[in-house]
Amino acid sequence: MKYQPLNLARWVLWSATAVVFLIAPHIFTKSFALTMMTQMGAFIIFALAYNMLLGQGGMLSFGHAVYSGLGAYITVHALNLVGKGSFYIPVPLLPLVGGLAGLAFGMLFGYVTTKRAGTTFALISLGIGEMVFACVLMFPGFFGGEAGISTNRVVGKPFLGLTFGPAIQVYYLVAFWCFACMAAMFALTQTPLGRMANAVRDNPERAEFVGYNTQHVRFLQLVLSSFFAGVSGGLSCINFEIVSAENVSAIRSGGVLLATFIGGVPFFFGPIIGAIVFIFFVVALSGFTKAWLLYLGLFFLLMVLYVPGGIASLVLMQLPVIRARRFGELAWPYCLAASASLVALAGLVGVVEMVYHLSDVSGGTQMALAGVGFDARSGLAWLVFSVLLAAGLVALRYALRFVSERWGMIQAELQAKAAA
Amino acid sequence: MEFFLVQTLNGISYGLLLFMLSSGLTLVFSLMGVLNFAHASFYMLGAYFAYQVSAKIGFWPALVIAPVLVGAIGMLVERWGLRTVHRYGHVAELLFTFGLAYLIDEAVHLVWGRSSVEYRVPPDLDGPLFTIFTSQYPIYRGFMMLVSVAMLVSIWLALTRTRIGLVIQAALTHPQTVEALGHNVPRVFMLVFGGGAALAGLAGVIGGNAFVTEPGMAAAVGPIIFVIVVVGGMGSLAGAFIASLLIGCLQTFAVALDWSLGGITVSQAAPVLPYLLMVLLLIFRPRGLMGTREG
Repeated sequence: MKYQPLNLARWVLWSATAVVFLIAPHIFTKSFALTMMTQMGAFIIFALAYNMLLGQGGMLSFGHAVYSGLGAYITVHALNLVGKGSFYIPVPLLPLVGGLAGLAFGMLFGYVTTKRAGTTFALISLGIGEMVFACVLMFPGFFGGEAGISTNRVVGKPFLGLTFGPAIQVYYLVAFWCFACMAAMFALTQTPLGRMANAVRDNPERAEFVGYNTQHVRFLQLVLSSFFAGVSGGLSCINFEIVSAENVSAIRSGGVLLATFIGGVPFFFGPIIGAIVFIFFVVALSGFTKAWLLYLGLFFLLMVLYVPGGIASLVLMQLPVIRARRFGELAWPYCLAASASLVALAGLVGVVEMVYHLSDVSGGTQMALAGVGFDARSGLAWLVFSVLLAAGLVALRYALRFVSERWGMIQAELQAKAAA
Repeated sequence: MEFFLVQTLNGISYGLLLFMLSSGLTLVFSLMGVLNFAHASFYMLGAYFAYQVSAKIGFWPALVIAPVLVGAIGMLVERWGLRTVHRYGHVAELLFTFGLAYLIDEAVHLVWGRSSVEYRVPPDLDGPLFTIFTSQYPIYRGFMMLVSVAMLVSIWLALTRTRIGLVIQAALTHPQTVEALGHNVPRVFMLVFGGGAALAGLAGVIGGNAFVTEPGMAAAVGPIIFVIVVVGGMGSLAGAFIASLLIGCLQTFAVALDWSLGGITVSQAAPVLPYLLMVLLLIFRPRGLMGTREG
């Protein structure tokens, strides 16, 4: 046993997370919020599992939905068999079935995909994803074709008095699994395998010289990641009570990549933020606008271009400044930048929504934004929104310069103080 | 025999179209190390631009204007996007083009709607070229082959016989030396990326009306050309050529055959075959048909 000081901050953080999971449904009591949080829980597992590949193993996968989707398919069949009375597994343990299925498929496909690293790995994972998607449509007997397979989660005798009929019980089931998986995946980063995965990501050649087979390390990492992806698939199967071809599609694989990157690949907790933001985009925003995918894509591109560390890196960057009690000096520049980007965003949203409205004029050209009605063909509306967009972008440019000046000044002073 | 000949011709014309796409992808990859995920989206843009231009002033101007427009967009993307993420490494570049593909797909939805548009084969090229036994072979298929072969020959000539081609080839292996000799290597990269996009655009112009011009066309052809690049060996033009023809013929034949195997006809299994080929190849020859060995 080596001596380890008690990492108090870590214990506080994990307990706080558990408390958030427990009390969240009592703060956001609307049923809409509850369904959203349940989806977030399942997606957090998926995004964290994905980051085991991208963040910790340096493997960019375009087909990770294969494992969560196939896990979901196996779970749905298991659930239906339980419903028929063929055998009995309590519903709370069903995600484990999904996880084991994910693990098995991870071993099968991982053997092929992990033969290569880097860009080639990305392409092979894409090919495997497309292959599985095509197979799902090819065997409608097992996969239910386009319509998918539906199920009923209220089966068998109640487990500890829980039927999993009400949404709140499903939420707590997802929350439990989410917390357990988070802890397990964090623990995995501390194991020798987790460390070797980092080594293989950073310098495969040296890892080979130390005596590790990089292909084997990648394979193990992928298999473990598929297990957690499968658990997430099993949970989403229990939540939605339907599994369709969409679950293994490239859209979902792309979605988890977007979510993970937006959250922050270099940090363990980054994908958690990413999953929350992503589900918010998908569930909440898609109800408001048809152009949500465009906004999501644009957001992602901006992150890739200017914030490669994701939202998590933005948050962590502030910590030293806050610790030095100098955040107040940055508040004003941040406010300016935020308001400038809000103006630009308003202009952008206006222009995009008008174009969308004009692409389908069957319902007339009248439209409304934020309660204000106007004609999508009127020159005035176009002028207003274009001016807003342009002015916002110009203002943002100056505001960002202001921010970086202030930021540079504070950093220089902090460094000078640290050196002294 | 008749079936075999017709299908072979169809397969070759489809394979050549695939090669037009995969050659641009391979060129950009071997020169810049960037795998352009949005390549199929440029193909789609080419088809839509051609539809728009040919509706206004006809097909022949569209054959020139659409690729030029797509190439210009490609150059803008390289100048204002890729060059910025270049310092974060290849994964960031790949992610950037991935996000770009999302954006282009959504922009196409935005401008042209969600259903297919009526982009037709021009009347001068409509009709039979020749007759094999009893079936007629359309002129347009022949035209497609002609354009692809002409394009390939001109690329080859441009790369090996012109000054800019020599600079490109030199920049491939020795960018610093080329820069020291006074050539603007970033501009060469911009030209190559734009050129790759223009090739995809040209493929879109002639492929869009041979097949269907719809918002899903990028997602349909994208994975196939990536498979071709893997099967041929990353960065190998000759490998991409062989793999394109192989997969073109494989798919054309598979769709037309109705042999049954365990309750599934070959034509039902057709969409899976290219991926299956990729998997088999990776098991037995991980570097691809013509690829060089890498770690």
